[in-house]
Amino acid sequence: MKPEALLYPTPAGLYCPAGDFHVDPVRPVKRALITHGHSDHARAGHGAVLATRQTLDIMALRYGADFAGSTQAVAWGEAVDLGGVKVRFHPAGHVLGSAQIAIEKDGTRIVVSGDYKRGVDPTCAPFEPVACDVFITEATFGLPVFHHPDPKAETRKLLTSLVQFPERTHLVGAYALGKAQRVIRLIRDCGYDRPIYIHGALARLCDYYRAEGIDLGDLRPATVEKKEPGTFHGAIVVGPPSAFQERWARRFNEPLIAFASGWMMVRQRAKQGGVELPLVISDHCDWPELLDTIREIAPQQVWVTHGREEALVRWCELAGIAARPLHLVGYEDEGD
Amino acid sequence: MKAFATLLDRLVLTPSRNGKLTLLVDYFRTTPDPDRGYGLAALAGTLDLKGIKPALLKELALERLDPVLFQYSYDYVGDLAETIALIWDGGAKERVAAESQPRLGEVVTRMNSLGRTEVRAAVRELLDHLDHSSRFAFLKLATGGLRIGVSARLAKQALSEMSGPAGEGRDVTEIETLWHGLAPPYQPLFAWLEGRAEKPVLATPAIFHSVMLANPVEAGDLDRLDPRDYAAEWKWDGIRVQISSFGATRKLYSRSGDDISGAFPDVIDAIGFEGVIDGELLVGGTARSNSATRSFSDLQQRLNRKTVNARLVQDYPAFVRAYDLLFEGDDDRRARTYLERRARLEDLIDRAPHDRFDLSPLVPFADWQELDALRLSPPDPVIEGVMIKRRDSAYQAGRLKGPWFKWKREPFNVDAVMMYAQRGHGKRSSYYSDFTFGVWAEGPDGEMLVPVGKAYFGFTDAELETLDKFVRDNTVERFGPVRAVRAEPGFGFVLEVAFEGINRSTRHKSGVAMRFPRIARLRPDKLPRDADRLSTLIALIDQRIDQRAGEAGEGPA
Repeated sequence: MKPEALLYPTPAGLYCPAGDFHVDPVRPVKRALITHGHSDHARAGHGAVLATRQTLDIMALRYGADFAGSTQAVAWGEAVDLGGVKVRFHPAGHVLGSAQIAIEKDGTRIVVSGDYKRGVDPTCAPFEPVACDVFITEATFGLPVFHHPDPKAETRKLLTSLVQFPERTHLVGAYALGKAQRVIRLIRDCGYDRPIYIHGALARLCDYYRAEGIDLGDLRPATVEKKEPGTFHGAIVVGPPSAFQERWARRFNEPLIAFASGWMMVRQRAKQGGVELPLVISDHCDWPELLDTIREIAPQQVWVTHGREEALVRWCELAGIAARPLHLVGYEDEGD
Repeated sequence: MKAFATLLDRLVLTPSRNGKLTLLVDYFRTTPDPDRGYGLAALAGTLDLKGIKPALLKELALERLDPVLFQYSYDYVGDLAETIALIWDGGAKERVAAESQPRLGEVVTRMNSLGRTEVRAAVRELLDHLDHSSRFAFLKLATGGLRIGVSARLAKQALSEMSGPAGEGRDVTEIETLWHGLAPPYQPLFAWLEGRAEKPVLATPAIFHSVMLANPVEAGDLDRLDPRDYAAEWKWDGIRVQISSFGATRKLYSRSGDDISGAFPDVIDAIGFEGVIDGELLVGGTARSNSATRSFSDLQQRLNRKTVNARLVQDYPAFVRAYDLLFEGDDDRRARTYLERRARLEDLIDRAPHDRFDLSPLVPFADWQELDALRLSPPDPVIEGVMIKRRDSAYQAGRLKGPWFKWKREPFNVDAVMMYAQRGHGKRSSYYSDFTFGVWAEGPDGEMLVPVGKAYFGFTDAELETLDKFVRDNTVERFGPVRAVRAEPGFGFVLEVAFEGINRSTRHKSGVAMRFPRIARLRPDKLPRDADRLSTLIALIDQRIDQRAGEAGEGPA
């Protein structure tokens, strides 16, 4: 079977006509397969949703238990038959519960990787390479400028800054699902065992990660206690980056703003965002990881979804690998 | 290299002066010699490092990367040194070397020892052994593009602080006096700062001596002073400089001790005397050549350059209007009285070339009222007020209260309308604290606001709360960190803006540029339609030009 007939882009997202389902649809559909819980991939309002248990749990936390007409949890590697199409979920290493989806019919196999990374992350299952004819990859950091450094070395920058500026509250911006928990875990792995304060928007997801067995240490709400105004002097506070521009941030002492994101690789990005301490910690592949993954899987074709498609397609052409951009819309390349 | 690269990365993104000081002190304390000395030199602009041409860097990058991918990357990053620092793939060597990268001192020594044909291979090898942030630091140093908002003065302040807590450490003026007699990597300086050695003895003459500064006149100050004890001079609107000349060494220093000789060969070549004098650097003609002193914006054509071409020297001739004499030959005159020093200075200037040196004249006055009147209507547009100096004052470095005062003419004021607001940095990152303001002008579709400047201080914390609330409640559009706010004739926020000067500008859409604008008062009592018009601002510029033309007896410019 031709891969273009098995799966193709539509305005609602990637569609498989034989199985009558969409992958990560951006508008409500009858049947959706969801790779992971980030809001641009996992939306509410679909008829039936097939995803990993953890992704379904995260969607329920974010949208309420009735986020879809019906849900079905799938285990790693378990084959599910949808109208003669066999689908399997494999770990993607992006955030807790994140999966790649292998779609197979008549000997043709397409892997939709969703968002993924290859670096070590103790907060989720590691990426598992799956042989396939067509590998659909993201390209969020698909430019040769992106070389993500060792996340622990980045985390130590934060701890060094705490020694240099012991009075200042260190506000660490991190997206609520995945990045925040990973950063907290990294801080713990670097030997920091004092309480870490979190913004309210992180509370439920941090609780969920802990319930799934990921130890985040002593977490406390970043609310002001009238009797102890000095609480936040020299403390680490983790929150969504948008909160630091709001009045909420004024309770802290001379806040020093850090931001954990792959985008922090480029100085001008950090400067424009008013970030004093950029921490290059990403939940996506950097450029060498994208290339290594494509070489390792060695597919017949590479289809590139959201991000910087043109550079990755160019590289594939130079390497003699058939590649094309899918031009999918609706996935934010900012969310890292 | 790693320590210096980390320091740079932090300095670039740290807006507050105190934050920068903390980072600098930490670097000087924890980095060994000679690396910290080269780091200091890089920050203070005294590092001598063999340069690399951007074209060579690009060639090196294209040896390993497809030109199309390089272009995509460059378009995204926007800065050549940073692009190459980021795309460079050192492979295994880079990862192994992360902890044992070449040291800054090694890099400087190696680069400066290279012959012309060795540069390419050496740079390639260095890039392979540095990580991305060290590569960035190295490329910025080698291409001369280091811009990090740290002045030589701030670096010296950090040296003072590393030597001990305030009051116990070495004084920054002592460091400035030594500075130009020392060279990178400054080991004797660090040894002295750390109390391991005696104060370095200077072999080089023509060093910088910290300057004496004046305090602004504040309410009631003059009531307590007898005008007969003081002399007055005009306060000229140029930049304060010091000429230091001994033997064959002739130097021009800025007020903070930066060596700016390279940009002013016309002044340097005219120095025939030996000694140290204090004065104002200006462009135009001296009083002795009978032509007009030109404005600060003309002087700006000559500032912040390393070198200068013949055309600029001819079009914007520089000269020094002398204020004071510190050394005559190698005789220290600083302990003499102001009037005694001035008599010697007069003698010295009399013998100096008349087109490059003149003497700042005394302004006779009988009482403070008379001086006040002179201050408010000075005879030359390049005067920004008066200086009041005690006749018997010694020349003492620093800003002592009492011997010298500055009394500026009143700032200009306009009522302008807030148009855009941007979030501040550091402590102010949750506040909209940088304001772009505009005045009314005739547009194609009738009256419109045109932006004329930006101000981010002058208000109190309580006023900032008010301004921030207005911005949040009245945002009409967002562009990244900037918000456009409602600004209509009948609704908006009027700001009274004070500024020191105004000039024509081709860089700004409105055609005018203000000097030193700040928010003098919030005017919630006014509506935007009551704000000033662009024609009022242009009239201020024309007024100054007419005044100067009249004084100099020339036709209109």
